[in-house]
Amino acid sequence: MATLDSKIPSGPLADKWRKHKVDIKLVNPANKRKYEVIVVGAGLAGSSAASSLADMGYKVKCFVFHDSPRRAHSIAAQGGINAAKNYQNDGDSVYRLFYDTIKGGDYRAREANVHRLAEVSANIIDQCVAQGVPFAREYGGLLANRSFGGAQVSRTFYARGQTGQQLLLGAYSALSRTVGQGLVELHTNSEMLDLVVVNGHAKGVIIRDLVTGAITRHTADAVILATGGYGNVFNLSTYARQSNATAIWRAYKRGACMANPCYTQIHPTCIPVSGDYQSKLTLMSESLRNDGRIWAPKKKDDAKKDPNTISEADRDYFLERLYPSFGNLAPRDIASRAAKRVCDEGRGAGASGLGVYLDFSDAIRRLGENGVRERYGNLFDIYHEITAESGYKTPMRIYPAVHYTMGGLWVDYNLMSNVPGLFVLGEANFSDHGANRLGASALMQGLADGYFVIPYTVGDYLAGQKAGSRPSIDAAEFKAAEENVTGMSKRFLGTKGKQPVSHFHKRLGKIMWDHCGMARTKEGLESALQKLPALREEFHATVNVPGSGDTLNQSLEQAGRVADFIELGELMCRDALTREESCGGHFREEHQYPDGECKRDDEKYGHVAAWEFQGLDKAPVRNVEALNYEFVKMSVRNYK
Amino acid sequence: MTLRVWRQAGPKALGQFKDYAAKDLNSNMSFLEMLDVVNDELTLKGEVPIAFAHDCREGICGTCSLTINGKPHGPGKGIATCQTYMRSFHDGDIIVVEPFRAAAFPLIKDLVVDRTSFDKIMQAGGFITARAGSAPEANAAPVPKGVSDLAMDAAQCIGCGACVAACKNASAMLFVSAKVGHLGLLPQGQAERDRRVLAMVHTMDEEGFGNCTNQYECSAACPKTISHDFIARMNRDYLGATLRSAFQPEAASSDGGGA
Repeated sequence: MATLDSKIPSGPLADKWRKHKVDIKLVNPANKRKYEVIVVGAGLAGSSAASSLADMGYKVKCFVFHDSPRRAHSIAAQGGINAAKNYQNDGDSVYRLFYDTIKGGDYRAREANVHRLAEVSANIIDQCVAQGVPFAREYGGLLANRSFGGAQVSRTFYARGQTGQQLLLGAYSALSRTVGQGLVELHTNSEMLDLVVVNGHAKGVIIRDLVTGAITRHTADAVILATGGYGNVFNLSTYARQSNATAIWRAYKRGACMANPCYTQIHPTCIPVSGDYQSKLTLMSESLRNDGRIWAPKKKDDAKKDPNTISEADRDYFLERLYPSFGNLAPRDIASRAAKRVCDEGRGAGASGLGVYLDFSDAIRRLGENGVRERYGNLFDIYHEITAESGYKTPMRIYPAVHYTMGGLWVDYNLMSNVPGLFVLGEANFSDHGANRLGASALMQGLADGYFVIPYTVGDYLAGQKAGSRPSIDAAEFKAAEENVTGMSKRFLGTKGKQPVSHFHKRLGKIMWDHCGMARTKEGLESALQKLPALREEFHATVNVPGSGDTLNQSLEQAGRVADFIELGELMCRDALTREESCGGHFREEHQYPDGECKRDDEKYGHVAAWEFQGLDKAPVRNVEALNYEFVKMSVRNYK
Repeated sequence: MTLRVWRQAGPKALGQFKDYAAKDLNSNMSFLEMLDVVNDELTLKGEVPIAFAHDCREGICGTCSLTINGKPHGPGKGIATCQTYMRSFHDGDIIVVEPFRAAAFPLIKDLVVDRTSFDKIMQAGGFITARAGSAPEANAAPVPKGVSDLAMDAAQCIGCGACVAACKNASAMLFVSAKVGHLGLLPQGQAERDRRVLAMVHTMDEEGFGNCTNQYECSAACPKTISHDFIARMNRDYLGATLRSAFQPEAASSDGGGA
C-alpha cells in the first residue's frame, strides 16, 4: 500500500499557502546550480516550470517529443484563462474563484490546492502581460474580460479565440530565452519512455530520440512530468493526435499512483463526428456560449428539418429552461449530459441524430454580424472549414466530445507524487479540478503549477537531497529501464501481424466511448473490463509495425502509445466501476436524481481513489485519500 | 485520385516521387485523414507508411507542413494543411505532395523537415525578459486597443514555416518580423526592442535563410494571413536599432558590481 500524505498545511484556508512558503526549506543560490532537474513536456506547465527553475539557478534539462516546444497542445486552448482580478467590479474575489472551482469540481478536489490556485491566479495575468501576451483590451487600454461556464462573474481573460496559443507562446518565449542563455538544455523530438527510480526516489528518465531512434539515459536530482492528459484513450477527442499518456503511464508502472482516472471531461460544444475515417474532433470554444444559444427541436419530426425553418415556438432552449440562473453557461458536464438526453429522446439534429444547435441569430441581431465576427471570427472560420457551413447563416451543429482528463498521477500539496522526487504538473496530475473542470481553468492551473508552485516546492525536496548525490547513468536501475524500453520496441517491431496500430486505437476508443463515456453502468463497465484485456492481447499478437527502430518511425511511436492507452483504459473502467456514485464528469446511471442530475455519495466516496500498479495481470490496489472539507460544506451542486 | 508523394528514407538518401492511388474518399475527410487511410493501406501491404508531420489537426500547432500542388498548405487561403478538406479536390486529380523545402529546413524523412532554425531565432531574442515573480500589476500600463489588436495579428503566427517554403529565396522575414512586430508594438517590449531585432535578424542570417525581395508570397501562403507590412516595420526597426547601437554610449560596467 502506498502512503498518501497530502501534506496540506494546517491553519486557516487563506493562510495555508503563505504559511507553507515560510515553512518549507530553501536551497541557497550558490547551491542551486549543483542540482539538476529534468522537466518532461513543454506545454504551459512544462515550459513555465523549466524556465522558472532555470531562472532560479537550477540546471534544467527539458524533453519534449514535439519538434519544438511551441507545438504542445496547450496551444489549442481557445477560450480563456480565469483570474480573480475583479476588474469588472462584479463581486469576484479569491474566495469566489476558489468556491466556484470547488463546486464546479463537484466537491471532489482538495480545498487547499484549489484555494492556492485561486490565490496565484492574479499573479499569472501579471506575469503573462509582462511577457507580452496580447490579451484583449478595452478602448481605455485596460484588460477586457468575458464569462465562462460555472461562474456568475466575468473573470476570464482572453486573446481572441487563441488564448492557449498566446499563453503558450509566452511560456515558450521564456523557455527559449533560458535555452538561449544556456540555462536549459532543450531536447526536442525526445520522448520519455521510462522513469528511473533509484532507492525509491525518481532520479532519471530513459529517452528515445524520435529522429535517430537513439535511446539515452538521463540522471537528475528530481524529475518533473508535465506531459498533459490522456483523453486520447478515446481515440476521437479534441486532443492533438500525438497527445499521449506514455510518460505518466510508465511512471505509474514504476510505482506512482494514478488518481481518479475515470474523471474525464466531455465538452458540450464540439463539431459532431461525420465518419469512421475521422481522426479528431474539433472544439467550438465555450466562450461561444456567452452569445450563442443552445437549442434542439421540441418535436422529433423537426429533427431532420433545416433549422432556419423551425419556428421560435418549436425550439427548446433546453439549458435556459433547465438551468435558468446559469443558462447556456452551465458547467460542461451538466451541459453535455443535457445535450445527450435531448438526443437520446430522438430530438438530435443532423444525419446521425447526434447534434444540437448553437445559434447566433440573437447575437447577430444585437451586435451585427461584424460584432460577432470580431469576438469569435476564427471559430466561425474553423467551423466553416470543417463542415462547409456558415455559422452566421445557419445555427452550428454541436455535440459533446472528450476534451480533458481531471484524473492523473496523484500528487501531494507540493505537487510531488508518492514516489519522492517525482513531481507532476498541469493536466498530468489530478489535484485541482475534482470531478469536473470549469472552462478557462486548465490554463490557469498549468501556469500556476509552473510559475508559482513548483519553484517553491521543488526546493523543499532538493534541500533534503545531498548536492551531487544523483546516481550515475551506469547504475543498475538505468540499465534495467533501458532494457525495458528496447525490449518493448523490439516486441512491437517483431510482431509483424496483420493490423495497423490505428485499428486497435479505433476499437479501444469505441469500447471506452460506449462504456466509459458520458454515461456509465455497472454492466457496461464490466463488459469493457472483459473486452479490454482481450484487446490488449490481440494487439500484442497481431499488430503490424513496419520499418525499424533506428530512424523516424511514426508507427512505432504510435504503437507504444496505444499499448499504454489500452492498459490505461482498463484502469479507467475499473475506477469508474468502483466509484459507486455520480459526480461531475463521472455519471453512473444507477446513481441519479429523478431529474437526471448526479447523485453523489459523500459518505462513501468523498475521497480520492489512487491506484497502485501491482503487475499487468494482477488487480491494482485502490488506495484512498480522504477529502477533508474544513471550510466548504459538500452540498448538492445546483445551477438552477 | 492519384497522390504523387515525395519519398525519401532519410536526410542522406536520394528522394523521388511515388504514385499512390487514393480510393474510397469522402469530401468531408481532411487531407491528413486521407493520408492516414493511405498509410494504413501501405502498412497492410507491408510497405513503410509515408512520414508526415501533424499534431493538433485544427490549424494552431504549426506542425503540419505539406506543399500540396506546389502551394505550402495547399489550395485554401488562410488555413494550414490539416484544415484542407478533400472537397477542395476533384475525382481523377493528380495531387503532388512535397515537404516544405528550404535550405534552412533540412529534410528528415519523406515529408518531415527539421525547423529547429526557427527555435534558434526565437532563442536569440524572441522574448521579453520577465522572470516569474517580478511582474508589475497587469493593468498598471494601459495598451491602446488598436496597438494590442495589431500586436495580436502578428502574435498569431504558428511557426509552421509556410512563409519560408513559399519564398523563392527561402526567406524567414515574415516569421521573424511577426515576432519582432508583436513584441515591439507593446510597451512591455520596448526595453529590449533594439537588442531583439538585431539578435533575431543576425540569427536568421546565420541559419541560412534568404533575403526578402518583396514578392509577398509569404503572406499569401501564411495560414494566419499575417501581413507583410510587418516586414516593413521590422526593416525600419532594424535600421533604427543598427544606428542606435553604433552611436549609443555603452555603460562602463554592465555587471552592476554592487555589494
